[in-house]
Amino acid sequence: MTNSVQGQNRHYSPKKKSTFSKLLSQWQLMLMSVPIFLYVLLFNYFPMWGWVNAFKDYGNRKLVAKGITPWIGLNNFKWLFSRPDFFQAIRNTLAMSVINLVFGTVSAVLLAVLLNEVRQKTFKKTVQTVTYLPHFLSMVIVVAMAQNIFASNGPVNDLLVALHIVKEPVFWLGEGKHFWWLVGIINVWKEVGWGTIIYISAMTSIDPALYEAASIDGAGRFQRILHVTLPGIKSTFVILLIMNIGHLMEAGFEIQYLLGNGLTAAYSRTIDIFVLEYGTQMMDFGVATAAGIFKSVVAIILLVGANFIAKRLGEETLV
Amino acid sequence: MTTANYKDIKVRKHYDVVFPIVNTIILVLLMFVTLYPVVNTVAYSLNDGTDALKAGITLWPRVWSTKSYQSILSDPAVYQAAWISASKTVIITLLNLFWTSMLSYALTRREYVLRKVITTMLVLTMYINAGLIPNYLLITKVLHLQKSYWVYIIPTMFSCFNMIVIRTYIAGLPEALVESARIDGAGDIRIFWQIIFPLCKPVLATVALFVAVGSWNSWFDTHLYNGSKTQLHSLQYLLKMKLATTQQSANAAQASVDALANTAASKTTPVTIRCAITVISTLPILVVYPFLQRYFVTGMVLGSVKG
Repeated sequence: MTNSVQGQNRHYSPKKKSTFSKLLSQWQLMLMSVPIFLYVLLFNYFPMWGWVNAFKDYGNRKLVAKGITPWIGLNNFKWLFSRPDFFQAIRNTLAMSVINLVFGTVSAVLLAVLLNEVRQKTFKKTVQTVTYLPHFLSMVIVVAMAQNIFASNGPVNDLLVALHIVKEPVFWLGEGKHFWWLVGIINVWKEVGWGTIIYISAMTSIDPALYEAASIDGAGRFQRILHVTLPGIKSTFVILLIMNIGHLMEAGFEIQYLLGNGLTAAYSRTIDIFVLEYGTQMMDFGVATAAGIFKSVVAIILLVGANFIAKRLGEETLV
Repeated sequence: MTTANYKDIKVRKHYDVVFPIVNTIILVLLMFVTLYPVVNTVAYSLNDGTDALKAGITLWPRVWSTKSYQSILSDPAVYQAAWISASKTVIITLLNLFWTSMLSYALTRREYVLRKVITTMLVLTMYINAGLIPNYLLITKVLHLQKSYWVYIIPTMFSCFNMIVIRTYIAGLPEALVESARIDGAGDIRIFWQIIFPLCKPVLATVALFVAVGSWNSWFDTHLYNGSKTQLHSLQYLLKMKLATTQQSANAAQASVDALANTAASKTTPVTIRCAITVISTLPILVVYPFLQRYFVTGMVLGSVKG
């Protein structure tokens, strides 16, 4: 790092100044950047100090009230891994984020391909405008709508009954086994249009000559999609996949928190909700922080792992 | 690799004619599915409450009634919540634009000694997070921001993603702009405000949209820190509370028929009220959306190139 900084110094100022005097002469740039840097240190780095809570005992209410929280080493972690509800939370988190990842990626790529084939500009714009819209709606609003749509007497059940796919209306919102898929479907509805933006921008950078050449060689629409469009978005696809694998521990918690209820709790509680319940309701900061640290550590391992695999495959990497 | 089709020109021609038609049908269906829940909610909100309990309303109200809106708009809590939501959205957006654009400019200056350190530390925050509880402790135990308006403003003044979007945009501007101003004797602050900032309008519009929507849509900060302070509730939080109560009644209704009768008998119409609040809290976004539409795609692409 020092090397490159010095290299830049030489490039920009022929007279060799010391780094410190150079810094002083850049007081205006510092004024523009250092306050927000301190802000980030306070809000993003300073809280990491709170990780020590994972090694403290918040279980004894009387002692906590007196402000005494004894060190207990790894006991919070040991306790966590003896809890079936923690494993349930891990299972739910992974299940929903895998469903979201697969559904989300497949639907976005598919829609991007379909949009790419539309020749009529106004129609394409209209579809894009409409499908981007749900991205801007809050999860509260989306869940409010979902409660209408998936109600026992709602349109989804009406349609399924009318088509004789089910005999009785399905109790979508109250049965645990539907919950993961419901979250997957709602997330696709909300994000599919937005997800296409990045793929469509990758598609516009594909050389049109490739399509022409393919046509001359006798490739039809499907062949062109298969052999030109899809290979053209491959590196974008891989980068997004790496980023998303790094976020596998983030199944989101808003939708589960808002859409879940007592009947579906066994399937809707994610690690985040587990942390929230232990931390802000039961005030056991020790256990909650330990669960949070576990989540972060797994996330970092996933990110580094995915990055490593991408490197081995000869793809562009993130870090 | 369908070599059979590949040689059969007739089959291929056939595909080429059918494909655009099928494609159009799929996309029209998709638009319908996207818009249906929105229109359906509007229809429910304009329907008579007791009639709405029978369900089956699709895209148009069955029995027109503006009662739900009347009841909401006569509730002072809704006005208070709308004021909280709107004011925090404006303040957060302005603060974000101010700080983030300045910082982004500083981080595009190659000669800036602290550029690497600051950039690395900022980008790392996108991957490493202290987590929910440490942040909660910071805000409640260290800064004591709970039960105050400031908890909406102070923790959300900066986002690294937006910094990357603006920085990428500024880096794309001609370097000569800065060089010539510097030769004329302008300092960095002046160069930024007089030359760079005015040129950044499109990207600032994008970031403003992201920040404003995020702030308008947030409910969790209220839930976590200001749940007990009714005068600090935001619109989204009001809706969230309505959601919780109607959900309970929906479950009860499922459990027993009596509960359904109770809901009808009490003459409260939680479903239509919920839909009306949904419409009111979505309206600002729906109104602004078409105007800002052309900006956000550019912003997304700028951010993800470097992301």
